[in-house]
Amino acid sequence: MSTVRLRGFGHRHAGRRRWAVRGVDLEIADGERVALLGPSGAGKSTLLAALAGLLPPESGEREGTVEIDGEEPRAVRDRIAMVFQDPQSQLVMERAGDDVAFGLENRGTPGELIRPLVEDALRRVRFPYPYERRTHALSGGEQQRLALAGALVTGPGLLLLDEPTANLDPAGAALVREVLAGIDGTTQIVVEHRIAELTSQLDRVIVLEPGGGIRADGPPARIFAEHGERLAADGVWVPGHPVPAHPPRVPAGEPLLHARSLTHEPVFTADALPEVTVRAAEAMAVVGPNGVGKSTLALMLGGLLVPGGGRVEATGALAGADDAMPPHKWRARALAARIGSVFQNPGHQFVTAKVRDELALGGAEAARVDELLGRLRLDALAEANPHTLSGGEQRRLSVATALAAAPRLLVLDEPTFGQDRRTWSELVVLLAQLRDEGHGVVAVTHDPDFCAALGARELRLGVRRLAAV
Amino acid sequence: MAVAGRMAPIADRNAPLARRNPVAKLGAAAVLALALVVSLDPVGPAVALVVELFAVPFFGIRYGALARRMWPLLISVAGAEVTLLLFAAEREHIVASALALGLRLLAVALPGVLVFATTDPTDLADALVQNARVSPRFAIGTLAAWRLVPLLGDEWRLINAARRARGVEGGRNPVARLRLFASASFTLLVGAIRRGTRLATAMDARGFDSGARRTSARTQRFVRADAALVAGACALAALAVGASVGSGAFRPLFS
Amino acid sequence: MQANSQSTATSANRWRTVDIVVAAVIGAAFGVIFWAWNALWDGAASVIPLPGRAVIYGVWLIPAVLGPLVIRKPGAGIFCELVAASVATLFGSPWGLVTLLYGVLQGMAGEFGFAFTGYRVWRWPTAVAGGALAGVAASLLDNALYYASNSTAWQLIYAAIVVVSSAVVAGLGSLALTKSLAQTGALDPFPSGRERAAV
Ligand SMILES: Nc1ncnc2c1ncn2[C@@H]1O[C@H](COP(=O)(O)OP(=O)(O)OP(=O)(O)O)[C@@H](O)[C@H]1O
Ligand SMILES: Nc1ncnc2c1ncn2[C@@H]1O[C@H](COP(=O)(O)OP(=O)(O)OP(=O)(O)O)[C@@H](O)[C@H]1O
Ligand SMILES: [Mg+2]
Ligand SMILES: [Mg+2]
Repeated sequence: MSTVRLRGFGHRHAGRRRWAVRGVDLEIADGERVALLGPSGAGKSTLLAALAGLLPPESGEREGTVEIDGEEPRAVRDRIAMVFQDPQSQLVMERAGDDVAFGLENRGTPGELIRPLVEDALRRVRFPYPYERRTHALSGGEQQRLALAGALVTGPGLLLLDEPTANLDPAGAALVREVLAGIDGTTQIVVEHRIAELTSQLDRVIVLEPGGGIRADGPPARIFAEHGERLAADGVWVPGHPVPAHPPRVPAGEPLLHARSLTHEPVFTADALPEVTVRAAEAMAVVGPNGVGKSTLALMLGGLLVPGGGRVEATGALAGADDAMPPHKWRARALAARIGSVFQNPGHQFVTAKVRDELALGGAEAARVDELLGRLRLDALAEANPHTLSGGEQRRLSVATALAAAPRLLVLDEPTFGQDRRTWSELVVLLAQLRDEGHGVVAVTHDPDFCAALGARELRLGVRRLAAV
Repeated sequence: MAVAGRMAPIADRNAPLARRNPVAKLGAAAVLALALVVSLDPVGPAVALVVELFAVPFFGIRYGALARRMWPLLISVAGAEVTLLLFAAEREHIVASALALGLRLLAVALPGVLVFATTDPTDLADALVQNARVSPRFAIGTLAAWRLVPLLGDEWRLINAARRARGVEGGRNPVARLRLFASASFTLLVGAIRRGTRLATAMDARGFDSGARRTSARTQRFVRADAALVAGACALAALAVGASVGSGAFRPLFS
Repeated sequence: MQANSQSTATSANRWRTVDIVVAAVIGAAFGVIFWAWNALWDGAASVIPLPGRAVIYGVWLIPAVLGPLVIRKPGAGIFCELVAASVATLFGSPWGLVTLLYGVLQGMAGEFGFAFTGYRVWRWPTAVAGGALAGVAASLLDNALYYASNSTAWQLIYAAIVVVSSAVVAGLGSLALTKSLAQTGALDPFPSGRERAAV
């Protein structure tokens, strides 16, 4: 168990004029379970990194002090474990079991004791594969689970989790919560935007104020009862404060795209998708468990991946004279003008070095660019490099690139993950607007609120049995 | 994926020689390579090559698979031969020189190809740390970076898809295509460095830089059979050099 | 790049995890590039016979200079070249272990360019010197291994072209590449990347 104490803590990233966090005074007692909330870009990830001792002096400027059990975090790092926002880049080793063992090896745990501890940790997170499973062959959700096992195996006193369920399907997210509930004697700090289901197992919520300091701090029931209204208006997801719905105002229009018996072996198999039609002025949500091939389908619909089997056919309404050709054969410029794709990993989307240039790339007018920057709260970052943004900011920017170009069809892979209530609503409004203007919207998502708010038609992909190792 | 394909093992891991300690395999290949570059004659390499080819099945590799893996080597050898035929210093022994060059390049390269085709990178890093006293921070750090290599193939695909999605393309203009290729490579490098940075942070978060003495979940042993493999390589090296000296063909590299 | 950025105390010579991993990543990326480059070298480019083709030789030596310029630690050149060579070997590089030998020797030679100044100067003179020295090592090895039977004049011309190409492509090229990388913010964790304006 560990205690945490921050005094006047602040951090400014190298290359930034604004402080990411500032003026934070905080004490967290042994064994407390805390959720750290706050709008996107408020500095939650930065604060967690500081608690884990992962902000070396050269990463920026620092104010105040951070103490874990009365010491510098770096000095007690073997008591701290962290699960990061991006599961892919936190897996170190090739084999799943070896990866879990990595933290134990670093602590000098005798070799013969390691294997049983690893097996136990894998059991605790219900990892479905053997020790030898290759880590790069896991879906995002499975990777997240493995990362959690790697964090638990060392029996940490302080467990830090940065949006551990952001990319998980509902079952996977429930499992992570269940695992967290079962850990005793560990101080837990979770950063998460959507905490409705998590509240019952929390002792305390802390809301970061974007400009600096702390907005609210206390037991969840009290905080949400006393400040719920105001926090919700500021963008915090307060349980029990529903978001406004934006059902379609016009009936679904003409077909834009037909997909017939698409396959992409071995990921996306023949029985996954018999036939589907995407229509104008309609939102379609692609849902299903982690690893069924939703992203693969999105790439094929977007004309970015050649289907293994089956066909994608664009109608004249979308393709004009090109309707005899499948989208993956269109010239890039024609494709970008007709179908806008947003990748699951926002980092893949960016092709320029500035936030503003990203939006202007598709030929959008300056006024539209400024409007989007403002509405999505990216205006202060217009000159920043897209890759230095926070997780949620990157997501918004990547969706905004497609909104700026406003092609007839939008294919979005997890457009709302990592968003606070305000930016989430803004994205929904923008998408609803385009839909009502006659654009087609296809969104891969794990977010039921998003489907409900847009009144989206659901396309559910079924469970697929994964091949072994 | 082309990259993933080239990384895929082509060997049966349980073959008698494939199973040997990676450090032993590396040592054996190094001994042979060094012994064979000191002379310019064809006899030594010919002897070594015959024995090496004979050993291939004991590494669990079929000749067909080996040939597919080695075709770039054959092209390179052909290139060196052409250069030699055009620019050789003494024209009278030209055929012997060309033969010697080809045999030598093949005999030197083959052991290295066998070692890497039969060795799992994790095992190699473990053995380097446990049996060759290489710094664990460097060995494991490199191993972690190495794991990103097959991902670069996927990354390359996605980078190009992203450019296409954004309407950026070279079309049929070769110069524009070359520039697009260069800019995509640059993006790949940038992405790889960013990934490496995040990975390093994640490793430190799990105590990699704690300074504690690192243990290992996996044990690599250097047993008598491994010593025998190295001894065998030394014997083969001696045999090859002996044959070339004995036959009077020996031509030292620096004479 | 700023004029002679100083490396500070001796603790600055300790390799952090990020130094090791990123150096290895750069090496690995070039290992993949070499694998493709090999095909070009022996394929399309072979219409230009040697020694003329050696004008593009410098590409092989980029890691030997790029590594030190980015990481700014002693040994970075050897390490990057070694990793690049081992990845290329893993992919079935034609030369097997010989590639490793090349990697070590080229890396070491390139290192001298930076060692002369005590690893304190990271501007064009050291980059060019590093590239040229790595080129010297490479041409010596080539002449010994592949072209030993060619005439001495041929070997000298070949060596000269390789060295010049290395100084330009590996030396100046790496310098330009480091600058562009720093512009993207990817080098923020390194001294080489910390010279951008704040936003
Ligand atoms: N490496 C970096 N370099 C420069 N600026 C950064 C870096 N990382 C984060 N920032 C900036 O610091 C601020 C806080 O970022 P942080 O990632 O801590 O936010 P967050 O609260 O976790 O947001 P989100 O919910 O979107 O993940 C943001 O404005 C972000 O742009
Ligand atoms: N290039 C590839 N080679 C092998 N397997 C792959 C490749 N790309 C994806 N996969 C695997 O294919 C499966 C489906 O991938 P996909 O990304 O389409 O799933 P998804 O439904 O989007 O999952 P998630 O909800 O986790 O994003 C996953 O198990 C993934 O690991
Ligand atoms: Mg964050
Ligand atoms: Mg997906």
